[in-house]
Amino acid sequence: MTVYIIQRVMRMIPLLFLLSLIAFLIIQLPPGDYLTEHINALRASGRDVDEAEVERLMKQYALDRPMHVQYLTWIQNILFKGSFGQSFQWGRPVNEVIGDKMALTFLLAILTTAFVWTVSVPIGIYVSVRQYTFTDYLFTMIGFVGLAVPGFLLAMVVMYFSFAWFGLKVGGLFSPAFELEPWSIAKFQNMLTRIWVPVLILGIGGTAHIIRIMRATMLDELRKQYVTVARSKGLSEFAVLMNYPVRIAINPLISSLGFLLPWIISGGTVVEIVLNLPTAAVVLYRALLSQDMFLAGSFILLVGTLALVGSLLADIALAALDPRIRFGSVEEM
Amino acid sequence: MASEQNGAGPQEALLEIRDLKTHFALEEGTVRAVDGVDLDVRRRQVVGVVGESGCGKSMTAMSIMRLIPPPGQIVDGEIRFHRPFDDRSDASDIVDIAQFESNSRELRDIRGNQISMVFQEPMTALSPVRTVGKQITEAILLHQEVNKSEARDIAIETLARVKMPNPEQRFDDYPFQLSGGMRQRAVIAMALACRPQLLIADEPTTALDVTTEAQILDLMRELQAESDMSILYITHNLGVVAEMAEDVVVMYLGKVVERTDVDSIFYNPKHPYTRGLLNSIPRLEDVLQDKREKLNAIEGMVPSPYQRLQGCSFHPRCPDFMPGVCDEAEPQLIQLEEGHAVRCHLYT
Ligand SMILES: Nc1ncnc2c1ncn2[C@@H]1O[C@H](COP(=O)(O)OP(=O)(O)OP(=O)(O)O)[C@@H](O)[C@H]1O
Ligand code: SF4
Ligand SMILES: [Mg+2]
Repeated sequence: MTVYIIQRVMRMIPLLFLLSLIAFLIIQLPPGDYLTEHINALRASGRDVDEAEVERLMKQYALDRPMHVQYLTWIQNILFKGSFGQSFQWGRPVNEVIGDKMALTFLLAILTTAFVWTVSVPIGIYVSVRQYTFTDYLFTMIGFVGLAVPGFLLAMVVMYFSFAWFGLKVGGLFSPAFELEPWSIAKFQNMLTRIWVPVLILGIGGTAHIIRIMRATMLDELRKQYVTVARSKGLSEFAVLMNYPVRIAINPLISSLGFLLPWIISGGTVVEIVLNLPTAAVVLYRALLSQDMFLAGSFILLVGTLALVGSLLADIALAALDPRIRFGSVEEM
Repeated sequence: MASEQNGAGPQEALLEIRDLKTHFALEEGTVRAVDGVDLDVRRRQVVGVVGESGCGKSMTAMSIMRLIPPPGQIVDGEIRFHRPFDDRSDASDIVDIAQFESNSRELRDIRGNQISMVFQEPMTALSPVRTVGKQITEAILLHQEVNKSEARDIAIETLARVKMPNPEQRFDDYPFQLSGGMRQRAVIAMALACRPQLLIADEPTTALDVTTEAQILDLMRELQAESDMSILYITHNLGVVAEMAEDVVVMYLGKVVERTDVDSIFYNPKHPYTRGLLNSIPRLEDVLQDKREKLNAIEGMVPSPYQRLQGCSFHPRCPDFMPGVCDEAEPQLIQLEEGHAVRCHLYT
């Protein structure tokens, strides 16, 4: 197991390097360097530009040096100072801009997964043992609808009805009173009363998806001989299900955990914009629109890293659950 | 019952199946997978069940275990099991397994405990993600009042009984770490862990190579001899029957067509189908002289499972077919002499 983990971590390093290159490329993508652009923009809007400040920034990011030096400076700042650079759009360090948004996105991702799993895994198991019954057809139909309706549409419908029927404005994560407050217990509680709306909306598609995966893998597993063998030992039907087919059908879901964060970020962006949520996805979207390249690049680096770490954790969990993976890696060596 | 007072006599009945019918009601029609099976297993006896592929051997076994895949159902007949009481081994009460609710408590108490089954495919009979030991101790913990470490001891002891090399280490292995023969040993150990009265073995060696097959057959004979166990041994291989069984049941299209002891099957077969089966065994002389064309496979095809033939179901293929008799009335299983029953109009 330890060997497997070390191997797996080693394999992540080149990927991380590649990711940082891509993020850096994105930063470099707009014509001209971003500092010049920024200065031009400031000048165009008739504001003063402090020459000393420009000089300092040029130095800090090694903008007058060759490309690879710029990359090294950028990555060193991140690795050793934890500094992602300056967001020109916000006029603040990227770290400040990203911080709590990333945390919120993370929270949203975790809650959504928890919601999706607790709903879809039991339903998936249930419909697989009740194949071709009314319940099966019902959930299949609900599942198709859940897959087919885009999240943002659902978000707008929910917003409309909650406002029309209950006079509730469910957009945003906080009531207006808390919007600009610093974090506090009360603000957190306020958020919890509202966060279920995006969780629900973001989760619907995933729920439908996972019910389908679960049902399909369960049907595959249920046909296998070892299920009959387990029954022949005298185990109760519940014990048979949980210890045998479910134990295996859960594995593909575990490995899908790694894709969760990128999925929430890309799939959820529109929903989050509609719902007016201050999440990372929305910030990334705006950063890209306004060519705020340090912000965008840092984001991609962060989200990508989290996705890699996520799939690392998922793989380790999978290896813990499935001995074939653990031992398979040893045999390869 | 006076004769059985001093211990269980060898003739004591364990399982009596009477006119068992297990059908699958499908949209295309009804498949009569088992359509009239009568068989008896006495204590400490090995009974062989033979017949071509699809004749209902496995479904007979699955009916006894009550593990028939849906939509299959027992529609008629009795499966009387003489269930021993836990404390007094020579007394028993008779239950009709066919009458139990599916998955009922009573049924699950018998499964894996008093009747267990070894399946055809050792490769797929074990879950790939749980250790061999876990899968064996499961049944022990379920049926016996022991704690985990006692269950572990019993499992390792059972693995040793089936001659698993290094049983203590194998206990913590996963199935894919074992060879085919070792896996089948593990599966047999799993079935034997609770010391059942009846072991149903459904072609347990088909997936194995010849050497391993011979070892497993030896093992099963030894295990049967050293314990109180009866075996219902299912196979399509008459050679294996000759080696293993005392009594033989021949099945054709869901029905028992002949039932007798192993010597009579080979030296005094009555039913035309049984004779055909015996003729289809390649003789060593023929094989050596490469006279393959002389192989006497039974002529004709097994009819489609949905078809229902009038009269004797073997009549389209039977060399002794009597027009006007065999295609009119269905023959009944009749007792020719003590312990020899046959289902054929030649003897009525
Ligand atoms: N799940 C099922 N649904 C419908 N029919 C089935 C099903 N399982 C078995 N049958 C039918 O029951 C009949 C008997 O099958 P069974 O598996 O008992 O044969 P068998 O004698 O064990 O054959 P083999 O030697 O190939 O294992 C076959 O005609 C088969 O088509
Ligand atoms: S009843 Fe007739 S057809 Fe059937 S086996 Fe006997 S002789 Fe052949
Ligand atoms: Mg079979």
